[in-house]
Amino acid sequence: MFNRGRWNEEINVSDFIKNNYTEYLGTDEFLEGPTDRTKALWEKCEELLKIELAQGIYKVDLDNIAGINNFSPGYIDKDNELIFGLQSDEPLKRIINPFGGIRMVLNSLDQYDLEVPATLTPFTDGLVKTHNDGVFSAYTEQIKNARRCGLLTGLPDAYGRGRVIGDYRRIPLYGIDFLIEEKKKDYKEISDFTVEKNILLKENLKLQIKALEEIKQMAASYNIDISKPAENALEATQYVYMGYLAGVKENNGAAMSLGRVSTFLDIYFEKDINENNLTEKEAQEIIDDFVIKLRLVRHLRTEEYNELFAGDPTWVTESIGGLTSDGSSLVTKTSFRFLNSLNNLGSAPEPNLTVLWSNDLPKGFKEFVTKLSIETGAIQYENDDIMRPVYGDDYSIACCVSPMATGKESQYFGARCNLPKALLMTFNGGVDEIKNIKVFDQINELRTDGFLDYNEVMIQFKKVLSEVAKLYSNTMNIIHYMHDKYAYEAGQMALHDTEIKRNMAFGVAGLSVIADSLSAIKYAKVKTVRDKEGITEDFIIEGDFPKFGNNDDRVDNIAVEVLEYFINELRKHKSYNGSKPTLSVLTITSNVVYGKKTGTTPDGRKKGEAFAPGANPMHGRDQMGAIASLKSVSKIPFKGVCEDGISNTFTITPNSLGKDENSRVTNLVSILDGYFIDNAHHLNVNVLDRETLKDAQKNPHKYPNLTIRVSGYAVNFNRLNKEQQDDVINRTFHERF
Amino acid sequence: MKANIHSIETMGLFDGPGIRTVIFFQGCSLRCKYCHNPDTWTTKQNVLHSIESLMALVMPYKNYYEASGGGVTLSGGEPLLQSDFITEFAKALKKEGIHVALDTSGIGMNNKNYETLLNFVDLVLLDIKHYSKKGFHDMTGRDNSNLYSFIKDLNNSDAKVWVRNVIVETINDSEEYIEKFKKFTDQIKNIDKIELLPFHKMCNSKYDALDYSFPLSNYNETSQEKIEFLEEKLKNII
Repeated sequence: MFNRGRWNEEINVSDFIKNNYTEYLGTDEFLEGPTDRTKALWEKCEELLKIELAQGIYKVDLDNIAGINNFSPGYIDKDNELIFGLQSDEPLKRIINPFGGIRMVLNSLDQYDLEVPATLTPFTDGLVKTHNDGVFSAYTEQIKNARRCGLLTGLPDAYGRGRVIGDYRRIPLYGIDFLIEEKKKDYKEISDFTVEKNILLKENLKLQIKALEEIKQMAASYNIDISKPAENALEATQYVYMGYLAGVKENNGAAMSLGRVSTFLDIYFEKDINENNLTEKEAQEIIDDFVIKLRLVRHLRTEEYNELFAGDPTWVTESIGGLTSDGSSLVTKTSFRFLNSLNNLGSAPEPNLTVLWSNDLPKGFKEFVTKLSIETGAIQYENDDIMRPVYGDDYSIACCVSPMATGKESQYFGARCNLPKALLMTFNGGVDEIKNIKVFDQINELRTDGFLDYNEVMIQFKKVLSEVAKLYSNTMNIIHYMHDKYAYEAGQMALHDTEIKRNMAFGVAGLSVIADSLSAIKYAKVKTVRDKEGITEDFIIEGDFPKFGNNDDRVDNIAVEVLEYFINELRKHKSYNGSKPTLSVLTITSNVVYGKKTGTTPDGRKKGEAFAPGANPMHGRDQMGAIASLKSVSKIPFKGVCEDGISNTFTITPNSLGKDENSRVTNLVSILDGYFIDNAHHLNVNVLDRETLKDAQKNPHKYPNLTIRVSGYAVNFNRLNKEQQDDVINRTFHERF
Repeated sequence: MKANIHSIETMGLFDGPGIRTVIFFQGCSLRCKYCHNPDTWTTKQNVLHSIESLMALVMPYKNYYEASGGGVTLSGGEPLLQSDFITEFAKALKKEGIHVALDTSGIGMNNKNYETLLNFVDLVLLDIKHYSKKGFHDMTGRDNSNLYSFIKDLNNSDAKVWVRNVIVETINDSEEYIEKFKKFTDQIKNIDKIELLPFHKMCNSKYDALDYSFPLSNYNETSQEKIEFLEEKLKNII
């Protein structure tokens, strides 16, 4: 049926793809619109989404708890769906997952005025220990203080860590029975228990085998038999979805990303179409149905979580395009079909459509995606040319910007630490400037009545960073040890190789604040102003200084230096389970929360003011135009330093991008080409007016689908709170008069 | 040799082909009623740049120029008022293989020859304020004689030309005006296109900040429909 290769001798989806896929070099003219069936189905969903938006959430399943096969089958409209499967028995109904932590579940239930179901009694009675219990039993006072003051925020110690992507394509390619047999073989081989990790691995393999059985049973409850390989496009799509669905029934990780499925699925679509078993309209219909399902994924969250990760994100990231290692494009017709769902169903933030960009991508595809970007603002771009040498040609993006080789690598997600606060702790002897809590004993207060000396500050700041690195490493080791112990993602790990590589994914927030602050100290004259407790409350700045975002090496190099120093410090500490420390510059919407928890900084930013998101220059400080801003960000090194990703959000009004559609597309393609030639990593592209956002803020009902991109993901603007919305509106808009 | 610079814009998408770095030179002798950059009029010192420092600012974006067929645009203010500098600067840019555009009203210094400068310019964006002496004076407060000598130098060069004109409703938005304007441009040799730009009022705050009155504040912004209508008319004139 297919071209043979190594994939027949071993589990190797990438080899299957390379031997069987059909490169598509044309334009979007072959694409079809939605069928009436699709439209009717999506309309039903939109009715439910309206209710959900008004209430906050639609419903919660109080009868069951999370698990691959713990729910009755659910349908939107049973007779009119092509792809089947919901997380619970109703669309948008959220699942209770206590394994991450019981307190969070109780908070959520309380928030929505729901009764605590009896199924949770073993947890509330303390009979069943959770990840959250485990973590907090090991956390030191110092770690708790660091969390309390916002030095470390967003840690997955109370919710699922996510950032695990099962290779769901293995199910249609091999069938579940074969995958079970392979895991059983691996299980049998482990017998040397003088090596401690083998004991855990043996147990985990048992859990994985059980999970695979459960996925099969869950599929069977929908009358879908996934025991053997898929034989056509509909089956292939359905089986991929079954694998993904199992993952989101079992786990509630922040980022539950899809992987890189479109080129794989295209092989089946091409075969069906060539054999006259499927029309283009039917092909699109299958993809539209699949996308509808992906748009309905939900997790039960607390208010605190929603503040950090605004807008109900699920990060169902699908990675589209890229090149093979020998330079051929991986763009197929299904790459187009997936993106076309934005046209057929209207814009939406999920699935999180991520284009893997290379200058060598086919022109027709580049023009198609940029046109869609301009129309929907729902696409993000990442540099395949810099990721391929590090991660190969079958990596997937987890969450926003974090690559890993699909089914062969996993990430230990670590949110991010607050660099500006670390700088303030340098001036305040390890004491948090807002809560007056001492986090680091070993830091000597940098006290001077005169102007700050840059060299002295850097020496002390680096000492603080070293302490932060040690603290952060310890924290992450605890979190991931406990998560593996109490909330192991068996269903997802079953779809990985038995031996995998792991990245310990650290992160930083406030990069442009720190760069500008240090630049002020170096190039201008800065004095501290302290309150009666001796804590810095303000800074006097005399003279001018270069700011990040103007392509000025003097300050851009400071940003790079801080990151290089920090990752090297993190590498000094042994990382749990043989993982390799990586680093990202990414904040999601937590740049607002971080700002609230941080005092006045030496760059002129006042206490409580939001940080810029990700690696963006601070609002309004990029004075030389957008390209200079992109240049500054492109200097942040991916390879060897920030291999977990560097997020940059670019917002422009349509009129400023060009005077008509053609010139806007051409200009956007040129901007992306130029930016990625500079080895930059990532770009969120928003093309809209500030006025539109202001209007949407006042009249949300006029803009139900308004999707915008914030630092690494797309979100429905209406689901942000006012503060988050204000932050987006105040962000640098590149406008031309 | 230093130049007095107002500002630099790295994402110039309307200043010639492709992505361009636009250098706004400080100082202009005209006082166009619709000017949206009145802060460029004064010749008071703002930021001084040498050829070297400007080159250091524009060269890093070469990958964007190459990806887009772009380059550098000399604008302002009126760049012709610092012509010795821009001649050397354009020469240095050409040496590096960069496309050079000159955004000008054509009103330079008296009795100045711009042939040497134009040797190093690929494209002139010529903003012709009005086709008649009186109309020109009404719109800019200045005399248009120097425009003719500039056009003479332009015709002696290989530089391509994009003619531009700002359209203000009730002042110069008639078919008659467009016909006469087009006729005026016939004396210019290498015209690739004529662009009609809509008058807008987004610069109110700049006038307020300088304490200048904005002469056209009571006029409406020009609609896209009006521009399209006039562009159609332009196309139909042989």
